[in-house]
Amino acid sequence: MSGTGPRENIFPTRMALTNTKLRLKGAQTGHSLLAKKRDALTTRFRAILRKVDEAKRKMGRVMQLASFSLAEVTYATGDISYLVQEQAKSATFKVKAKQDNVSGVILPAFEVDRVQGSDFNLTGLGRGGQQVLRSKEVYAKAVETLVELASLQTAFTILDEVIRATNRRVNAIEHVIIPRLDNTIKYIASELDEMDREEFFRLKKVQGKKKRDAEASEALRKAAAERYIEVEDIQIGGGGGDLIDTKDEDIIF
Amino acid sequence: MEALFFNVDNGFLEGIIRGYKAGLLTQTHYSNLTQCETIEDFRTQLSATDYGNFLSNEPLPISTSTITDKATQLLVDQFNFLRSNAVEPLNKFFDYITYAYMIDNVILLITGTLHERDTHELLERCHPLGVFDTMPALCVATNVEELYHSVLVETPLAPYFRECLSAADLDDLNIEIIRSTLYKAYLEDFYAFCQKIGGPTADVMARILSFEADRRTINITINSFGTELSKEQRANLFPTIGRLFPEGNNALARADDIEQVRMACEGVSEYRAFFDNSSSSARTNGGNDSTAHLLGDLSDDSGPAADLEDRFFLHEVHLNKQAFLQQFQYSIFYSYVKLKEQEIRSLTWIAECIAQDARDRIHDFIPTF
Repeated sequence: MSGTGPRENIFPTRMALTNTKLRLKGAQTGHSLLAKKRDALTTRFRAILRKVDEAKRKMGRVMQLASFSLAEVTYATGDISYLVQEQAKSATFKVKAKQDNVSGVILPAFEVDRVQGSDFNLTGLGRGGQQVLRSKEVYAKAVETLVELASLQTAFTILDEVIRATNRRVNAIEHVIIPRLDNTIKYIASELDEMDREEFFRLKKVQGKKKRDAEASEALRKAAAERYIEVEDIQIGGGGGDLIDTKDEDIIF
Repeated sequence: MEALFFNVDNGFLEGIIRGYKAGLLTQTHYSNLTQCETIEDFRTQLSATDYGNFLSNEPLPISTSTITDKATQLLVDQFNFLRSNAVEPLNKFFDYITYAYMIDNVILLITGTLHERDTHELLERCHPLGVFDTMPALCVATNVEELYHSVLVETPLAPYFRECLSAADLDDLNIEIIRSTLYKAYLEDFYAFCQKIGGPTADVMARILSFEADRRTINITINSFGTELSKEQRANLFPTIGRLFPEGNNALARADDIEQVRMACEGVSEYRAFFDNSSSSARTNGGNDSTAHLLGDLSDDSGPAADLEDRFFLHEVHLNKQAFLQQFQYSIFYSYVKLKEQEIRSLTWIAECIAQDARDRIHDFIPTF
C-alpha cells in the first residue's frame, strides 16, 4: 500500500507523522473553503451571465433605435456631424470606475456620470432641433447601456478567470495534495510498523542468542565438573599399595 | 401684362421645369419603393424612374448617404442647366435660391475657422447648390477677423453680414445664432425682391416665404426652450415677415412652453391644425412600443414637437405644389427645388428604413405628388 502513488520525500519519524497529519487536516479545511468560494463565485457568475445576456439584447435594440434617430435627424436637418464635432468642447458623458468585492475577488464596476452640458444645444435651431435633442438622448441611453454591458462583461471575464483558478486549486488539493499526504501518512505508518517489527524480531533474536549462550556455558560447566569427579576416582583406585610411603598431599579446600 | 411677355424670356425654362416636375416620383413609385427588401431592389426600382441609372456605377453595398449625394447631384445638374439659361430677373431669382445654401456653407467654413481646422477639407462637405466661385478664398483666412473681412468682400452674402454682424460678434456668438440671423436677413431680402418683381410671383412666393419664416419662428421658439438663449436674443432671430408677424412673433418671443406657442399660433387657421396633436400621438406611439418603453417618458415630450416638423414639411410640400397651379411666374423654380429636396429626403428616409430594417416607420416620409 505505501509504495503506490506519489508521496513526500520525508524521513519516517513520529514527528514527521504528526506534522503530516496536521498538514492533511489543513489541506482538507482549505479544500472545503475553496469549494465554498467556488460555489459562491459560480452563483454570482451565473447571475452576471444572465445580466450580460439581457444587456446585450437591450443593446441591440437601443443601438438600432439610436441609429434610427440619427436617420431622423438627417431627414429633418441634413448633415450636422461636422457642427456637432466642432462644438463639442467637453465630455458630458463620463465613466467612473469603482471596485466591488465578491468573495475576495475585486471586480471593477463602471458608473455613468452625466454632466448636463449644452455644447450644441442650439444645433438645429432653425429646424430639427427636437430631433437632434432626441437623438442626443437616445444615444446617451445607448452609451449608458454600453457602459453597463462593459462593466458586466469585465466582471464576467474576471470571474471566469478566478473561477477557473479556484477550480484548479480545488482539484489540485483534492486529487494531488490530499492523496499525497495520505500516501505519506500511510508510508510513515507502515515504516514505523516495520521498524517496530524489526525491533521486536531483533529483541527475539537477542533473547534467543542469549539463551543459547547460556545453555552452552551451562553444558561446559557440567562437563568440567564430571571430569573432576573422574580424576578423583582414578586417584583413589590407583594408590592403594603403600599408604605409608606415600605422603598425602595437604588437601586444601 | 406679365403673361404677355413672360414667354419671351422664360417660356423655355418654364417648359423645362414643368417637364422636370413630371419626372418627380409619384405615389405609385413610392409604394413600389417601400416594398423593397434590400437596397439593391431599391436601386432597381429607381432605375425605372427619372433617376435612371444614377446609382449603377456605385459599388455594393450602397450607403444611404451615397444615394443622397447622387440624387442631390442630379438636382444640382438640373439647377445649373436652368440657371445658365436664365436671364434677368429670373437669373437673380436663381441666385436668391442658392443664397440659402450659401449661408449653410459659409457657416460651416466659419465653424472650421473658429476651431482652427484646415478648411480645405470642408469644401467638399459644402452643399453643391451653395458653392460660389470665391468660396475657396474663404479658406485662406486663418483667423476670424480675416474671415469676416473676406466674407464681406468675397461672398454674395456680404449685405446680410454687414447689416447684422460685426467682426467681434463672430467670436462669442453661437454659430447657430449667426446662422439664424443670416437666414432671417436672407428671408426678408428675398421677400422684398419677390415683391419687387410683382405679379403672381410676388403672390405665390409671399405665401411660401411667409410660411418658411413662420416655420423658422416657431421652430426657433420651440428649440430654444430650456437653452441659454435669452428671450431678447430669440426675438432678434425672428424674421419680420410671415403671417405671424408682428403680434404672433411677439407672443412667441415671450412663450415659455409649447402650450403658449400653440396659443400664439391660434390666429392663423392653417397653423392651428399643426398643434392638434390628439390624432398624431396615437399614431406615433402605436408603432413604437419598444421605443416608448425603452426611452420612458423621453419619447412623450418630444413626440408632438417632432411630429410638428413632419407637418411643417407636409404643409411646405402642399404650398409648393400649389405654386405649379399658376403660370407665368418664377415661384415654380423655387418650388421645384424644394420639392426635389423633399423627394431626396424621402428617398433617403426609405433607404434608411430598408437598411435599418425599420419597416413600421417606412411610411413616415412626405410624398410629393
